[in-house]
Amino acid sequence: MTLYERLLVLDRRWIFLILAIVIVGAIFVPITIPATAAKEVEVIYNTIEELKEGDYILVAMDYDPNAMAELHPMSYTILEQCFRKKLKVITLTLSQNGAGMVDEALKGVADSSTMYARITPKYGTDFVFLGYRPYYALVILSMGQNFRVNFPADYYNTPLDSIPIMKGIQNYDDVKCVISISGGNVADAWVANANGRYNVKVALGTTGVMAADYYPFYQSEQIFGIIGGMKGAAEYEHLAKNPGPAIEAMKIQVFAHIVIIAFIVIGNIGFFMDRRARKRSGGQE
Amino acid sequence: MKRQLPLLLVFVSGIFLVIQYFVPAEISDRAYEFMLDWTVIIGIFALALGIWSLIRVSIEKIQRKTHDHNYTYISLAGLFAMIILGLNPWSAGLDDYTFSHLFRFVMIPIQSTMFSLLAFFIASAAYRAFRARTVVSAVLLVAALIMMLRVIPLGPLSVYINDTSNWLLLVPNLAAKRAIIIGVGLGMVATALKVVLGIERAYLGKD
Amino acid sequence: METAWLTLGALLTIFTFSFLYKDNVLYKIAEHLVVGISAGYFVVLLIKTNLWPIMSQRLFVKGDEGWALDQWWYFIPLILGMLMWTRFSKKWSWVSRYPLAFYIGIASGLTIPLELKNRVVEQISASILKFKFDFSATGFLMVPQGAWDTFVIIGVMCCLIYFFFSKEHKGWFGGSAKIGIYTLMIAFGASFGYTVMARISLFIQRIQYLRDWITAITS
Repeated sequence: MTLYERLLVLDRRWIFLILAIVIVGAIFVPITIPATAAKEVEVIYNTIEELKEGDYILVAMDYDPNAMAELHPMSYTILEQCFRKKLKVITLTLSQNGAGMVDEALKGVADSSTMYARITPKYGTDFVFLGYRPYYALVILSMGQNFRVNFPADYYNTPLDSIPIMKGIQNYDDVKCVISISGGNVADAWVANANGRYNVKVALGTTGVMAADYYPFYQSEQIFGIIGGMKGAAEYEHLAKNPGPAIEAMKIQVFAHIVIIAFIVIGNIGFFMDRRARKRSGGQE
Repeated sequence: MKRQLPLLLVFVSGIFLVIQYFVPAEISDRAYEFMLDWTVIIGIFALALGIWSLIRVSIEKIQRKTHDHNYTYISLAGLFAMIILGLNPWSAGLDDYTFSHLFRFVMIPIQSTMFSLLAFFIASAAYRAFRARTVVSAVLLVAALIMMLRVIPLGPLSVYINDTSNWLLLVPNLAAKRAIIIGVGLGMVATALKVVLGIERAYLGKD
Repeated sequence: METAWLTLGALLTIFTFSFLYKDNVLYKIAEHLVVGISAGYFVVLLIKTNLWPIMSQRLFVKGDEGWALDQWWYFIPLILGMLMWTRFSKKWSWVSRYPLAFYIGIASGLTIPLELKNRVVEQISASILKFKFDFSATGFLMVPQGAWDTFVIIGVMCCLIYFFFSKEHKGWFGGSAKIGIYTLMIAFGASFGYTVMARISLFIQRIQYLRDWITAITS
């Protein structure tokens, strides 16, 4: 068996092991990766920055634990920015396993804002969590009529009318923009149903897998910005001068990407060498 | 009664919502709100069907003593533990200490780790299957490599890679994804029309 | 106590990772456990935050003299919802078609105008109206931006031709479909590049969790 043939039949567990060692090792490498924000990320940051104190913003955190690695850093940074700007934040989740995570994230960001930024966002006055509802497309449409259609009460079963932040707030007309941080098709529904039917400004935070799919909506101005995957999250942390897990993860990403590119190159070298050897020996490909 | 009335219901509600979109009025707006609200409520019960199916399938597995049926006890134990912890009269519901900790320290770690396994499988696929066998696959490979290289800082070369990856996203990617979006959109509308007009009836089942 | 929970999470993470070596008992335990726990969580979430607010804020209200019936018409969707459960009976399963028909009719009725507008009309109009076709501005590779805008329109048309199977892909039609394939391949390549980053991110987050766990148990 030639070296190339051996390369081609290498047990995949060796590949797993190499990748794991590189990623674990990269955590301890003391380097910082320079981040420059893309235009589609910067526009979201600037839009929130330009809002005035007391303006309303809707942040939908529509993802499950399987997407939290990429989307949680975005949620944290955006919420921290909103609290720093003293905006009124309405949050909800349209993902079935998201409710517990959003609840935890809100409490975490409120605590960290108190600790580091000396701002004490209060539940009910500065932010509210509407909770989870199934059938996201219908829920997004109903909020265009009135938040109370599908959310008579918040996550803690307090009637919306008795929550100070929701007094007089009816629908999308009362919020300056919607940021949907989404790990699935919910993003499509925000574009089609919230922007398409009610003309509310929508921006998306998406997983890396989805990011490339939403550029047509960005060019058509159906959404005003995209934060794509961990890179987008790191760019947002950089803009917000709030380095967090995404910036740290990008350092590790560099090493992981080098390894995967090396795998592709080695795999292709093996493939071409093997093909050449077969051609020389008169065998078939 | 068994088939015609449901078909009529689909037709009437479907046509009403199409008309309501183009001709909004206060009365139709109110009906639209009710429809949105009621559909979600009906849907909640449909979701419960899924849970019931899980329980039924699990019990059947145990009764038939199928391969690996012993693990089914773990699923059922997890399910009933969460229900009892969250719904018993003395519980704080979603804020119950054990309930919320099972969510945070059992469900989140397992679910996110299961998906993280994909990192290894994509690395393995990149090594074994991502080959420039033909011109078409070479084009795909080069585009993917450029997108991957933009994550790696390469000094002055990074500027060119960033420009190229931006071009990839905003020109060919935009064109291809737009065509897919238009195609999917036309497909969705055609299917919805077939359903409303009663041409597509698979949802009714047999008999 | 929190460290014990953190340790449980770490152990389950390791159990799940053990699948990378081969399928085994530990992985199966984690796999079945998460099915049960997530289903149980969903049941509680649906009852506590979805059904209960309908019952306690809409159907009945709590006044000075206890609970009283309020918006009685909410019994209609509740009954329709319960009719869904007749699917389990061979004799009565046809009844579940009524709530299903209501749901499907509404979903289809909403889809027709919205998706036509958002996915078809908006996207086509954006290809024509939102581009500037500015041939004086330099774009990527010193090519005028207007040329790239034109390239997008040609790309969209070629991809649509590739998706169209009612005419044989021959001659100019076949040539256009070929351009469509190349455009699609570049797009899939771009998506693959992003996907690698996404998958690695998930693993990094788990490693960060394990690091935090080790820090917690050693400090």
